[in-house]
Amino acid sequence: MTKPLNELTIVEAAKGLRSKTFSVQELWDACSAEAARRNPELNAYLELFPADADAIARAQARIDAEGENASLLCGIPLAMKDNILIEGHVASAASKMLANYTATYDSTVTKKLKEAGVLFVGRTNMDEFAMGSSTEHSAYGPTKNPVDVTRVPGGSSGGSSAAASAHTALAALGTDTGGSIRQPAAHTGLVGMKPTYGRISRSGLIALGSSLDQAGPLAKSVADAKILYDVMKGHDPLDATTLTDDTYPVKEVGKSLRIGVPRHLLVEGLDADVLESFERTLAALTEKGHTLVDVSLPTSGYALSAYYVIMPAEASANLARYDGIRYGLAERGESLLEDYVQSKSSGFGSETIRRILLGTFVLSSGYIDAYYRKADKARDVLRAEYDAAFGSCDVIAFPTTPSPAFRFGEKSDPVSMYLEDVFTVTANLTGMPAISVPMGMVERDGVSLPVGIHFTSAHGADDLLFTMGAEVTGETL
Amino acid sequence: MSTAKASAEDVARLASLARVTVPEADLARFATEFDSILAYVGKLDELTLPESGRVQSEVRNVLREDTEPYASGTWTEKIVAQFPEKSGDSLSVKQIISHD
Repeated sequence: MTKPLNELTIVEAAKGLRSKTFSVQELWDACSAEAARRNPELNAYLELFPADADAIARAQARIDAEGENASLLCGIPLAMKDNILIEGHVASAASKMLANYTATYDSTVTKKLKEAGVLFVGRTNMDEFAMGSSTEHSAYGPTKNPVDVTRVPGGSSGGSSAAASAHTALAALGTDTGGSIRQPAAHTGLVGMKPTYGRISRSGLIALGSSLDQAGPLAKSVADAKILYDVMKGHDPLDATTLTDDTYPVKEVGKSLRIGVPRHLLVEGLDADVLESFERTLAALTEKGHTLVDVSLPTSGYALSAYYVIMPAEASANLARYDGIRYGLAERGESLLEDYVQSKSSGFGSETIRRILLGTFVLSSGYIDAYYRKADKARDVLRAEYDAAFGSCDVIAFPTTPSPAFRFGEKSDPVSMYLEDVFTVTANLTGMPAISVPMGMVERDGVSLPVGIHFTSAHGADDLLFTMGAEVTGETL
Repeated sequence: MSTAKASAEDVARLASLARVTVPEADLARFATEFDSILAYVGKLDELTLPESGRVQSEVRNVLREDTEPYASGTWTEKIVAQFPEKSGDSLSVKQIISHD
């Protein structure tokens, strides 16, 4: 091996473990040491876990006994976002509210990953309760982008993107409510994928917007992202919104894929070199035999507005549970009401309070029709537009973000931060799967920064996104 | 729909509905931010939508069998350990209704 062990992809590491080029212990040590070395600077992890000698030994024994039949994830060190429950570990969602909350059970994805033999390096930093696009809204300080430490790693899964991008884990898990996997993946040069809503169980995820949230992988290659997705997907009796294999019809596609491009969305608000990189990537795909199709998605211009009504509405309802009574921060006043108010007011950061207030407003009597119900209807129209567009194309492409990673503090007013999600929120509103794949670099202040291309496909056509992504990266799946 | 300007009093009223307090010094800032957010999401106002209500079929509800999903007591110890105040295995809260 020419690369240090922590810089391997999952596919490369699995091969090395099977050929006994190195051991599970050596792979763990390489990641764990790099995490300890880089974390003081990056603040990617809120906690680094000590080595679990039993889990390491079990993984090694399985690889020795089962060889090629062992899961490709067996013995693989992975970083876990702090809003995904691992029994016995703190899960704080990067909030003071849950600083002392220890998970009482494994989330379904944790359970599946443990069964596959994954080792958890630590829990990663994030925007508090996944509310943000830069990881600047963590109660435990911002995470830095390993590509350029003066810039944000994206968010809300910014700790996960920094952890995987800095090779402190072979890959990471994130959650995506409006782009929180795909946008940080784009900003750190990773592949990030949000599955079809319901494809992966939400049981044991700390909820932000229940009709929008999905967990998914952040990985160094499309193949690695697919390995993680394949292990985590599936129906779960603990999440009634999970899909069965026959929920959506199977989409038949040819070898040559039809790529829909909504040109009308690319006219403004996009950096010129990001657009150039996007056009170059599309040109390379057409050279490989894929075709470009113009598609029109007229309601897309309203997607972000609808999202910033629906998400805070759901968030304000979900976050009502943190009242200082059963778990989490418990401040005490003169009455039960004061117990609630004081616990919430000291536990939540300002972005969280902003969204709770916004959610309370759009659901309040007199405003619910104009805001929440209208946004909910717009969501249906958007979904119908995408369904119609998929009649003439297999995937829809645009850049993941309008610009590369920005500097800390650059987007200090809420609306400019929300605009980071302008391309990614639609897939959460429609429930369709989406992927971000690195498409090249752009230069800012003498530093090369990665940018991503984003593909969406029809409900249930998650695998098609991996096929499309591999065409961009040149991988063979 | 977003013509009205949010005032510090509006923010304080919403905060009380949401059972949080916003420090006096932050009320004006929150109100200004609220205005710009509502101006942005207010774009929805321009959008003409089909009259016929939902254009997609309603989301279906999925129910499980109405039985005990796990044996009583399985999680008690771990959950009780998280209680801020307890008496045995019971959660303690302040008295809500008084008989005075």
